[in-house]
Amino acid sequence: MNVVTPFEGIGASVRRKEDLRFLSGRGRYTADIDRPGQAHAYILRSPHPHAAIRGIDATAARAMPGVAAVFTGADMAAGKVGGLPCGWGVKNKDGSPMAEPPHPVLAVDRVRHVGDPVAVVVAATRAQARDAAEAIVVDYAPLPAVATIEEALRPGAPAVHDEVAGNLCFDWHLGDKAVTDAAFAKADRVVTFELVNNRLIPNAMEPRAAIGDYDPSADEHTLYTTSQNPHVIRLLMGAFVLGIPESRLRVVAPDVGGGFGSKIYHYAEEAIVTWAAARLERPVKWVADRTESFVSDAHGRDHVTRAELALDGEGNFLGLRVATRANMGAYLSTFAPSIPTYLYGTLLAGVYRTPAIYVEVKAVFTHTVPVDAYRGAGRPEATYLLERLVDVAAAETGIDRIALRRRNLVSQFPHQTPVALEYDSGNHAATLEAALRAADWDGFESRRAEAKARGKLRGIGVSTYLEACGLAPSHLAGQLGARAGLYEVGTIRFHPTGSVTVLTGSHSHGQGHETTFAQLVADRFGLPVSQVEVVHGDTGKIPFGMGTYGSRSLAVGGNAMAMAMDKIVAKGRRIAAHLLEAAVEDVEFEGGKFRVAGTDREKTIGEIAMAAYVPHNYPLAEIEPGLEETAFYDPKNFTYPGGCHVCEVEIDPETGHVQVVNFTAADDFGRVINPMVVEGQVHGGVAQGVGQALLEACVYDADGQLLTGSIMDYNLPRAEDLPSLSLSHHDTPCLTNPLGVKGCGEAGAIGSPPAVINAVVDALRERGVRHVEMPATPARIWGIIHGGGPKGAPAIAAA
Amino acid sequence: MPQVSLTVNGKPHSVEVEGRTLLVELLREKLRLTGTHVGCDTSQCGACVVHVDGESVKSCTMLAVQAEGADVTTIEGLASADGTLHPMQEAFREYHALQCGFCTPGMVMSAIDLVMKHPEGLDEKQIREGLEGNLCRCTGYHNIVKAIAAAAEVMHGRRTELAQAAE
Repeated sequence: MNVVTPFEGIGASVRRKEDLRFLSGRGRYTADIDRPGQAHAYILRSPHPHAAIRGIDATAARAMPGVAAVFTGADMAAGKVGGLPCGWGVKNKDGSPMAEPPHPVLAVDRVRHVGDPVAVVVAATRAQARDAAEAIVVDYAPLPAVATIEEALRPGAPAVHDEVAGNLCFDWHLGDKAVTDAAFAKADRVVTFELVNNRLIPNAMEPRAAIGDYDPSADEHTLYTTSQNPHVIRLLMGAFVLGIPESRLRVVAPDVGGGFGSKIYHYAEEAIVTWAAARLERPVKWVADRTESFVSDAHGRDHVTRAELALDGEGNFLGLRVATRANMGAYLSTFAPSIPTYLYGTLLAGVYRTPAIYVEVKAVFTHTVPVDAYRGAGRPEATYLLERLVDVAAAETGIDRIALRRRNLVSQFPHQTPVALEYDSGNHAATLEAALRAADWDGFESRRAEAKARGKLRGIGVSTYLEACGLAPSHLAGQLGARAGLYEVGTIRFHPTGSVTVLTGSHSHGQGHETTFAQLVADRFGLPVSQVEVVHGDTGKIPFGMGTYGSRSLAVGGNAMAMAMDKIVAKGRRIAAHLLEAAVEDVEFEGGKFRVAGTDREKTIGEIAMAAYVPHNYPLAEIEPGLEETAFYDPKNFTYPGGCHVCEVEIDPETGHVQVVNFTAADDFGRVINPMVVEGQVHGGVAQGVGQALLEACVYDADGQLLTGSIMDYNLPRAEDLPSLSLSHHDTPCLTNPLGVKGCGEAGAIGSPPAVINAVVDALRERGVRHVEMPATPARIWGIIHGGGPKGAPAIAAA
Repeated sequence: MPQVSLTVNGKPHSVEVEGRTLLVELLREKLRLTGTHVGCDTSQCGACVVHVDGESVKSCTMLAVQAEGADVTTIEGLASADGTLHPMQEAFREYHALQCGFCTPGMVMSAIDLVMKHPEGLDEKQIREGLEGNLCRCTGYHNIVKAIAAAAEVMHGRRTELAQAAE
């Protein structure tokens, strides 16, 4: 008997399967795991932004209670441990490769940022390891450091890596310069604008952690780690760092408490615990303190940009020229080079028809923590630039900011941009109109007047965004420098009694895959979601996978599952044809049933599964027993979610405090599997975008010391910083993947920062303000209002 | 080493600790109650909130020895013996007030304390202000606020069902 559960299929807001364990304290995060006999690692880190290491004396530390070992960079070098690899190579304008200096797991003779790991102590308890680390004497010779892009590019600046001239990692470009220059030559109007995209520290609520475990009898290594992509970690660490074949290395990423990009990368601590566990033949566990996260998790953003927009007399965009300098930090994190290039430059058309675009990006090494992808990764930077630029252009041409957007929106699909992407679908006019309507844009002036009567400055801002996600077509990514494929893998395993295990290479760290992926299967086979278990995060169980980032889980991982389900259906039809004594061509499949067309003769998927595993009446000469299929799905194109955000703020001129009072989003995510989960993703993304716009700033002093090194100093959004959000959808299916899905994980963080800042500037426009840098802290706003601070200068003002 | 005797989730325990052992370390490492999390080291995030003698406390900011004789409730102790969830747990699930789940135990424990201290009811502003000591990086707080409003109605007996209680 087939159980039809229409409310659990695609489009239903099924309550999450994973919630019960999280709500009852039974989640199992890496720090919750203890291995028998485990020791604890504490990592000693550089307090200096830049210093030579003249010597390390660990004699006293080794004699401390409970200490099993102290390892330094020299020990790891002697153990033939390689450096941390970079997974993406970018070429300079002249075709030469980027500078790719070594990134040792533990610093050897030089430290290059505060937090650079120098030594590891392994002891019976965490407290003992920490105590012993304090007894290590490192003889540092401090050297001059550079923390900012400007300083690093200054002639004669201290070199982060001796072999990298001028601290320049690469000098890259995209687009046709001659065509773009020609467009500017015929422009009626050119709007020029400079802005900073502020550096952020991701701060997933779960600090990173890793446990190395070695089984000497099998010569097998296991790493438990807070990762978004365990197979990628296995590949990178096994092949490039520790020289362990994948067949003898298992990486488990259990419950992971948020990632937002920061848990994509292969980090030193993963290699340290895996290596130390084998060396000591004892499990080794490391859990970061939050303070440690601030100086060891990859940071995000950190761009300085000059942009010019060319317009004709009617406000049509003719060309865009962009020159960006991006901070890479001290070393290249796993995907760092791709972020300010192929995930940024390619997005500079946005939702607009701009026919000519030329972008050049200089990536710079500094004595700061490495910078890599953080929620949105390149796309928020592109969107912020475009949407601020359009507002500035509107103000300077006198064209209404909505009318200017409407005039330039892409409306025909497919649409080829001058920066490599081909948009397959979308309806940007519809999402714009939906958001304006929901936000009561037309009624704003009365609200502004009402606020003014209360002594508040009220402003409204809009942002129309588009992003490319669902990374990525492997052949294209390979041409652009990716050193890996970017497909995804899914296995559908029917069990003899009809329940299903799904193995996915995607990883859930809050996204709800255990529910939404189960819905996909439930929908196809007419099963209740309770009968479908989704397994992720373990290279010992899952064939392969590229993990979760770039809003790719459903768009790539979900489509891999869809392909595997196609194979199940194809095999099921053959089995059903045998059982029903019909021709395969005459067997149709719908709602979990195989039926001989035009008859009532049918078999449920459960009966087919039983027949496949108990093949007594089965065509064994033609079909193998069993019902399990695996598919690798490599996307044909990126997917292009888009939409419109409208933000309304009130500023208290007495304090400079900006309060978001209304926030409206109308998005197009293609086909939606679970609307409740999708809205949750938007809520969280918008909160992070509002955080970037108003609260969050990673601040280094001129010497390279991190000033915002704890949650006391780095301002994360709290409940009272945000309003309840108003969300709606106008979904157009993606045309390039079987499920028609686009991706929603990053959109909130991409569309929201310019909507917020456009609202802030709108509130201050009558005071002659052209731009306000992020974060628009009370100190910065008060300075602007009261003349105590620079108007829109790029310097970071502490909150 | 000092000995601490305390009751956790209704069960008496007597545990040897170091003087510097934090209550959260006692719970997680000695009693293996790993539902209480540590998200920061500056008493800011609230992932470690438990109830000590009925009051919400950041267990990373209290020494284990200070809990001598105390009655501690953690997230593991909220549901009934038959597995029935506390109305706050149920509301978090119903309103999708959790994503990665890491802040959730502390958020739920704080929310219960907040609701219990306001039998007269809570509006959205009070709930948002009441969550000042708890950080969530996933949900943007939107659904957490709705869940708490709904649970408050059930906990104070104004409604028996969660659905639409937040409207």
